[in-house]
Amino acid sequence: MSTIRGNIKQLGMIIALVAMTILFQITTNGTMLLPGNITNLILQNSHILILAIGMMLVIITGRVDLSVGSLAGFSSALSGIFIISWGLPLWVAMPVVLLIGALAGAWNGYWIAYRNIPFFVVTLAGMLAFQGLTMAVLGGGTIATFPRAFTQIASGFLPNLAGGGFNVTAIALCGLGALVFVVFELRKRKTIQKFEGEVASMPFFLAKLILIAGAIMLFGYWFAEARGMPIIMILLAFLVILYSFIASKTVMGRHIYATGGNPKAAELNGIKTKKVVFWVYVNMGMLAALAGMVVAARFDAASPRADAGFELQAIAASFIGGASPLGGVGKIVGAVIGAMVMGVLNNGLRLLGHGADIQLAITGFVLLAAVAFDVYVKTKSKSA
Amino acid sequence: MDTLLEMRSITKRFDSVLALDNVSITVKKGEIHAIVGENGAGKSTLMKILSGVYPYGDYEGEIIYKGETCRFKDIRESEKQGIVIIHQELALIPYLSISENIFIGNEQAKRGLIDWNVTHQKTKALLKQVGLDENPNTLVSNIGVGKQQLVEIAKALSKRVDVLVLDEPTAALNDIESENLLNLLLELKKEGITCILISHKLQELLKVSDQITIIRDGKTVETFPNENVDENRIIRGMVGRDILDRFPARDVVPGEVLFEVKDWTVYHPDIADKKVIDHINLYARKGEVVGIAGLMGAGRTEFAMSLFGGAYGAKISGQILKDGKPLVLKSISQAIDNGIAYVTEDRKQFGLLLDETICRNTSLANLKAVTQGLAVDEIKEKRVAEDYRGKMDLRARDVMQHAKNLSGGNQQKVVLSKWLFADPDVLILDEPTRGVDVGAKYEIYQIINELARQGKCVIVISSELPEVIGLSDRIYIMNEGRIVGELPQAEATQEAIMERIMEH
Repeated sequence: MSTIRGNIKQLGMIIALVAMTILFQITTNGTMLLPGNITNLILQNSHILILAIGMMLVIITGRVDLSVGSLAGFSSALSGIFIISWGLPLWVAMPVVLLIGALAGAWNGYWIAYRNIPFFVVTLAGMLAFQGLTMAVLGGGTIATFPRAFTQIASGFLPNLAGGGFNVTAIALCGLGALVFVVFELRKRKTIQKFEGEVASMPFFLAKLILIAGAIMLFGYWFAEARGMPIIMILLAFLVILYSFIASKTVMGRHIYATGGNPKAAELNGIKTKKVVFWVYVNMGMLAALAGMVVAARFDAASPRADAGFELQAIAASFIGGASPLGGVGKIVGAVIGAMVMGVLNNGLRLLGHGADIQLAITGFVLLAAVAFDVYVKTKSKSA
Repeated sequence: MDTLLEMRSITKRFDSVLALDNVSITVKKGEIHAIVGENGAGKSTLMKILSGVYPYGDYEGEIIYKGETCRFKDIRESEKQGIVIIHQELALIPYLSISENIFIGNEQAKRGLIDWNVTHQKTKALLKQVGLDENPNTLVSNIGVGKQQLVEIAKALSKRVDVLVLDEPTAALNDIESENLLNLLLELKKEGITCILISHKLQELLKVSDQITIIRDGKTVETFPNENVDENRIIRGMVGRDILDRFPARDVVPGEVLFEVKDWTVYHPDIADKKVIDHINLYARKGEVVGIAGLMGAGRTEFAMSLFGGAYGAKISGQILKDGKPLVLKSISQAIDNGIAYVTEDRKQFGLLLDETICRNTSLANLKAVTQGLAVDEIKEKRVAEDYRGKMDLRARDVMQHAKNLSGGNQQKVVLSKWLFADPDVLILDEPTRGVDVGAKYEIYQIINELARQGKCVIVISSELPEVIGLSDRIYIMNEGRIVGELPQAEATQEAIMERIMEH
């Protein structure tokens, strides 16, 4: 019962996502769910998803990072300088950019965690500073074009094992993913049952398995019908699984939740909350650098104003996906759902011929509605 | 005396849970009417219905006040009728002055401009009435909890008040402050103000109240006049059985000295040369329960927290010895690793993750013990929590229940479970039974005895003198940051302890 209530918002968001997709599918006369459009949707929103994963952790600690958009922009500029201007090999340039991102995150984290400067001020300062640095590095111009190996990260596809026609690689990989998921879920259920833990009823469990495995296979089909398995999809899946694991299974993850939920209590339980906050910002910086490189790779250029508003989109995705502005609550999967909601919304509106103006306005309303719903559910359960 | 207020057959449900079941209470004009009951018995809920926090229609039954049936939609309406409630958590705004707080929502203004002269004059009169000698311009954050409580009462008096409801007004006050507050209630009674007093401190109730109503499990058990009544009589009514001995016996002979503190001195973290703890020496044996008595503000919590890896204070000097070996504790995690645990007095703010489950709270201080490789073994974690739920007789549906939904006593049991699971050698318990009802108190005392039996050192800080005396083998008395006396249990009486505090 308590877990159902805990997941009610996420469930609500999934239902909203499905309903929205169906609505757009109808109003766009079937364009929405064309395999090509789905592939585009993934490619166009991958950087927001990467940022949202890091942002979710920051928000769980009860904070926010406003500097990630600028930092992503700065990182994409740096990748342009390193790879195009200086001709550094990718295996040198990319880790260096990630490292610089982590250092920038450490800079934020140091002032926030160890110097007690409010996160809003520190990351706002970072936002301005990194924007300035981006312009300084690029000198106001745009650097193009990247080597093919680099752009493949964001817009490439895995080769088709079967040659032309239907893409076997995509369907095989998704099938494998679905299989692994099912095996894991079954094993988890078994171990819980073995120790007399409570599990969901069999029909409910099966329905969940079939729905999720089915969704994975559906994506496999879409990818196969379009251009194949996007390389970025592999990276995204890896990140989502890795960070879900960290957040829900590791001691570090527990400490992040405890720090956000009740910092004083966490401290008195021997949790080094400052260290936790510091590392969460370091991680955010690194993911921002990754997102920046993905953007550079997709546009095949490093340009000064490529980063507009990424941070706000990532924050919005986290809140839509169930994070609490007060900290202590949120799931990585939530960030994924939030990013998808925003992606579908923007994509659908664009297909209907609406510009950025309408997209922004509606995103604003959805964000408010999602958080208002959350607050409503909470006050209801509190009085109960 | 005439009946002023009658609440008839009040029934209130939260979803499917019955919080109040046919509760009735009759309050006469000008009396002090005490309501007692265990935590979760429904006292606060009843008062929330009276004051309109739960509006008419949210409950069944009726409220008859001054001969008329009342249907309050919110607090404003009940206040208009002269029913004012002072909640357990004070509703003052820390960075506003006393006078601003008293007249908040009721500003003395003409055409939207506040008349400060009138405000100050009225504030002065009110402060005089409640016996608070403070400048009306002082910020509320700069005065202690006891004085803040008086400001709350002054605020209530600034409105037209016929019935004053006080929910645990002395919970955070020391003995002297409580005494003052109770005398004030008696004064107000003389002025014709009717009081409804909710309190766990039975001695206080017996001292001031005219009538006592006992509520148990959401039902009115009985109402009787305060004549020839003693604490045992009330306790019997509250728990529905006799508690013959309020402190369970312990048959442990303390062994050798396990924990020793020498020359411990701590300075205030913000005020550079303010000494908070002044050369404290103290020791505790294996299997010994050592009490630290003292008034609020004596520095007991600060002392305990400074021992706990420097969780409080600056420029800490002195020595901690365990098993004769000196320990250097630079952080809380180091203190925990060295077998020292501190159970905080303020479990809601500092002890628990209220939004998390019992399970996750239980494992929090010793996650390593349920971690395999990189991941927390959630099944093992759950079994540990279930194990403690049984041992502690924790009243919860299961360990996946959230901590915020538990009663005070059960929350304290979760905090204790957590520290028992961390398996420390030295446990410092800071006000372990604050806000805990009589039945759960007894169980917590039993847990403390069991810890002593296992050979652990238990150091108990408590403001309730009977508790320190009943529980400890030896008692240190603290005042103004120093140890001002040490008494073995045999010589410890409330008078002996108060004497030592007053001498210094």
